[in-house]
Amino acid sequence: MTTLLQQLVYGLILGGTVGLIALGYTMVYGIVQLINFAHGEIFMVGAFGALATFTWVIPEGVKGTWYITLPLMVIAGAVVSMVIALIIERLAYKPLRNAPRLAPLITALGVSVALKEAVRIWYPGATAPLPFPKEFLTGSIELGSILIPKTGLLIIVVAVVLTVLLQVYINTSRMGRAMRATAQDPDTARLMGINPDRTIVLTFAIGAVLAGVAGVLYGVHINNISIDIGFQNGIFAFTAAVLGGIGSIRGAVIGGFVIGLVKTIAGQYFPGGTQYDYVWIFVVLIAVLVFRPQGLFGETERVRA
Amino acid sequence: MTAPILRAQDVTMVFGGLTALSEVSLTLDRGQIVGLIGPNGAGKTTFFNCLTGLYTPTNGQVLLDGTQLPSDPAHVTIAGIARTFQNIRLFPNMTAVENVMVGRHARMKQGPIATIFRGPRFRKGETDARTRAKELLDFAGIGRSGDELARNLPYGDQRRLEIARALATDPKVLLLDEPTAGMNPQETEATRQLIFKIRDLGISVVVIEHDTKFIFSLCDHVSVLVQGKLLVEGTPEAVRTDPRVIEAYLGKPPEEVQAEVQHAAELVGEHGDKGVGQ
Repeated sequence: MTTLLQQLVYGLILGGTVGLIALGYTMVYGIVQLINFAHGEIFMVGAFGALATFTWVIPEGVKGTWYITLPLMVIAGAVVSMVIALIIERLAYKPLRNAPRLAPLITALGVSVALKEAVRIWYPGATAPLPFPKEFLTGSIELGSILIPKTGLLIIVVAVVLTVLLQVYINTSRMGRAMRATAQDPDTARLMGINPDRTIVLTFAIGAVLAGVAGVLYGVHINNISIDIGFQNGIFAFTAAVLGGIGSIRGAVIGGFVIGLVKTIAGQYFPGGTQYDYVWIFVVLIAVLVFRPQGLFGETERVRA
Repeated sequence: MTAPILRAQDVTMVFGGLTALSEVSLTLDRGQIVGLIGPNGAGKTTFFNCLTGLYTPTNGQVLLDGTQLPSDPAHVTIAGIARTFQNIRLFPNMTAVENVMVGRHARMKQGPIATIFRGPRFRKGETDARTRAKELLDFAGIGRSGDELARNLPYGDQRRLEIARALATDPKVLLLDEPTAGMNPQETEATRQLIFKIRDLGISVVVIEHDTKFIFSLCDHVSVLVQGKLLVEGTPEAVRTDPRVIEAYLGKPPEEVQAEVQHAAELVGEHGDKGVGQ
């Protein structure tokens, strides 16, 4: 029983990270029908941005003070991710706005490789995994016999809070309504005085900020980062978004938690253990898509005139 | 006599080798309702698309209140032209109120910082937009359906919602593309009254319709488009009896049925249901 609960905790922690990344996939898909395969790398870049800030910007004296260091790193990660994502959008995706769907998709794959290699080449020491600071936030909360790492708890709380804020923003603000309107019918949205380009840029920016935050918290929790974390978690997140119903905010986060739980539970109890936990994630994905092709929370069909 | 609110001059639209519109002109005075009729494929909707920036005319120009129309649909809306669609184009997964609030988009101000902190001004802006949206739904006669998803509304209500959403942009000119398509006689009459109410707000209206009876009883001025060309324009009375219009609609009749057709056209133009089939 203890083992099960403990694995559930780990599952939720992974799920929080994956869910935050999945939000970016689902939002961008909703608005431009692009699977932004570079989004996983945006997550990775955010973690490296925060590490760089910790290493070279934050003064030695305050590095151990978590309530100064951590917010600064989170902000740095979010800003780095956002800036990179907006540059990519402007240079790689915007020129292809009216191209066949396949063109931006292939471009996204190319951008993904380019980002990863850029970090490998230009970030000092990134050819090997780098230690990520966490000395300012260590220890676990004991709940009976199970342990909840403080960093993990932070990930879960942040994931849930940001998702709720995002929902509120999208449902009850001018630009949120513009995003939904553009996702449902871009031409008509334009006729309502909505600038589609600004809406698209905003969508990329929000997705990137969420991924950047996730990247920093992931680093703090796992304690080291490498250039490969983007691909690995990006695939999980993409799967989560599809599982939840791509285009659905709620679906992405719940999909993230489902994947986190499946991975840890399968790793613990299923034959093959952690060596086969990936397999079970995709087994669940396939099972869901067979019976509910639109995903858990997806629309049955796009209603469009 | 003030200058017209909308003036389209010699608008020509060519797609590849096909001339969809050829030197079509239209003048809309303030507070006027102008009807645009013509057979299928005459270019009526293409003309609307030219008036809303969806198409840039190959030739000719459109002046709104004396100034050249911008080429971006978003800016056309901000300049003051709103429209509805022949095939309804609501945001299906948003509620009726939200659809109308999207129409307020261009008239609302919310900075990104204010949106994050949700101060009193942000909240007032949201409340005002929602209140205005509800007023417009009431105005359009669908005040009860505010929280329904647009896609779940009955067909006639969807058309009214499109009108409410268009009005939310504070237009000077409203373009209605077949507002009564698929409506029963009661709904059609209600729509006619709604358009009069809109005109009384000081908004000038252009209506595309197939229902000639509806057009002749609604409009101050009627233009007839046939094969991309302006065939006839004038008062409903003059247009209704014009032999070229009858010919365009019914084909060139043999001499002996000409009188009969003319008679039928007159019946169509009258309000009462005397029954064309008598």
